[in-house]
Amino acid sequence: MALPEVKQSATEARLSALSLPESGCLKAARQAALSRVQTMGLPSRRDEYWKYTRPETLVQAEAAKAAVFAADETPMFSAFDRLNIVFVDGVFDAEASDDLSLEGLTIDRIADICCKDIHWAKDLYGVLEARGQTPVERPLAALNTAFATDGVAIRVTGKVSKPINFTYVHSDESSDAILHHVIRVENGAEVTILENGPAASRFNKCMEIDIADSGKLHLVRAQGRDHERRAATHLFTRLGTESVFKSFTLTVNGVLTRNEAVIELTGDDAIAHIAGACVGDGDFHHDDTVFITHDAVNCESRQVFKKVLRNGATGVFQGKILVKEGAQKTDGYQISQSLLLDGDSQFLAKPELEIYADDVACSHGSTSGAIDEEGLFYLRSRGVPHAEATDLMTLAFLAEAVEEIEDADIAADIVSRLEGWLARRR
Amino acid sequence: MLEIKNLHVKLEDEDKQILKGVDLKVEAGKVHAIMGPNGSGKSTLSYVLSGRDGYEVTDGSAELEGEDILEMEPEERAAAGMFLAFQYPVEIPGVGNMTFLRTAVNAQRKARGEEELSASDFLKIIRAKAKTLKIDADMLKRPVNVGFSGGEKKRNEILQMAMLEPKLCILDETDSGLDVDAMKLVAEGVNALRDEGRGFLVITHYQRLLDHIKPDVVHILAGGRIVKTGGPELALEVENNGYAGILAEEA
Repeated sequence: MALPEVKQSATEARLSALSLPESGCLKAARQAALSRVQTMGLPSRRDEYWKYTRPETLVQAEAAKAAVFAADETPMFSAFDRLNIVFVDGVFDAEASDDLSLEGLTIDRIADICCKDIHWAKDLYGVLEARGQTPVERPLAALNTAFATDGVAIRVTGKVSKPINFTYVHSDESSDAILHHVIRVENGAEVTILENGPAASRFNKCMEIDIADSGKLHLVRAQGRDHERRAATHLFTRLGTESVFKSFTLTVNGVLTRNEAVIELTGDDAIAHIAGACVGDGDFHHDDTVFITHDAVNCESRQVFKKVLRNGATGVFQGKILVKEGAQKTDGYQISQSLLLDGDSQFLAKPELEIYADDVACSHGSTSGAIDEEGLFYLRSRGVPHAEATDLMTLAFLAEAVEEIEDADIAADIVSRLEGWLARRR
Repeated sequence: MLEIKNLHVKLEDEDKQILKGVDLKVEAGKVHAIMGPNGSGKSTLSYVLSGRDGYEVTDGSAELEGEDILEMEPEERAAAGMFLAFQYPVEIPGVGNMTFLRTAVNAQRKARGEEELSASDFLKIIRAKAKTLKIDADMLKRPVNVGFSGGEKKRNEILQMAMLEPKLCILDETDSGLDVDAMKLVAEGVNALRDEGRGFLVITHYQRLLDHIKPDVVHILAGGRIVKTGGPELALEVENNGYAGILAEEA
């Protein structure tokens, strides 16, 4: 079917500004992704899943300029023993990065794999992204698979002793980065991945994660404090039997953020938790779009998303749980809540459940509200000043999401950033 | 300590007068009890004194140690030495009890120009006080009042009182929802805080709590006014004859 003319021309304009990189063994995957983009066309406002978020700036050929934020606090996660991988405006920085060797895993650059004829990543690169295109199209992810210029392939074979940390530095106000990572966690292997930073003025990131039986991956990311940047990220995760995936995302500031997560539970007794906390002020627009598919027995999924919005900020949540036929004993939970600190801010939520099995427990809820006056008065009656009490109540609102972070030190780092954000707005 | 004169209070959103001229003076070192039937204005009095929204003072005054408190924010009243033990302590998911208490103690110290308590000093003090109230480490770690039983919530109120060392303590139906043992424990906590420099205003429906916290003065509040004042024997009279008897007498 031919695309609507507007969509066709927008897609062509974008594609004409890009060229397929050197591809080697990823060539077929990139070409297939390109043809997916051409078939689907890039997102427009008419698309059902782009009703609440304007895709134009993510789609247009040139990225809008975004001022580089001058950091005035210690970089996140820097106090931890970690393996640090640095990208500057979407380009791997070997000098700034640690040595990429560590017991229990291998790390290769996508750019290097592209020179090889054979590599394990060939069986993962673009594969989960392609699976994630139905029933909801995600053209920006296909665009990423086709044109990503950098990224890494990580294969985890053992229990890794320290977190792998991606630091995404934004240094050029005109930068436009497309990064693609693939991560394969083998049977029984475990790893923690940290991500931090805005990456570029416009950032298109795709991460494909394949977790084999009994594997575990814990992902914690923070998207930096740059406000003018725009980001579209995709997370595609497939889980095997008894495997565990836990993810948490912190977003402070950002004129446009669209975080999509597509999670597929394909092995029995698997667990997937995905959480996010965002705080936005003014021309802030933050969109979490999540799709979880239960396709095995006795799996658990949890979605916990909390948004604090003020001065006209906008939060969007589109979350779906699909329970396929035969996925009995599914335990699905989804909550999305916003705390509106004034009457100008808005929260748009579209929770969805689609269930084809008869022995499941699924619940979903979505709320929007102001600070609990009872709690506020209680704190003030004990001598806590109004501003401080408001901040405490705000952090309390976010707590359910933050509690999804398993590591106490990482959680404490996240909380300290939230405290800082609130304190700067007193 | 606390001096209330001719206090008139109405609901902010409704044309409903609740307090119609309350006069009350609580001296330092004394325990005053306020008893009264449902709807007499007992809880309104405690909320107006602690600064809760939703009430409008139409006449009269309330001073704590000579300072007009009605114009102050709730936190300023707290720093000035006012404490209300809530009838229904509020649950605050996500805020640890310990964090809450340390924030409160240090905020008050800061407001009074005193030095903040160090984390280790704070821990030492709170552990000792929690122990006498049979509050275990787990209750201190949990979110404020979340999942606490009725008795635990009230003990937690008394712990806050003990930590904040207020000048005037208002106990709003602290006995409600408590069994005999829990009431004893709470009363012991309160009695331990009785001090020459501290005044108490104990609001209750029943005489039972006053067996454990012995009042110096008992007031009967009815229809928004204090209609009778007497010694501890007045509480017994209520217990024996009910409010109806006393109100008929006064009418």
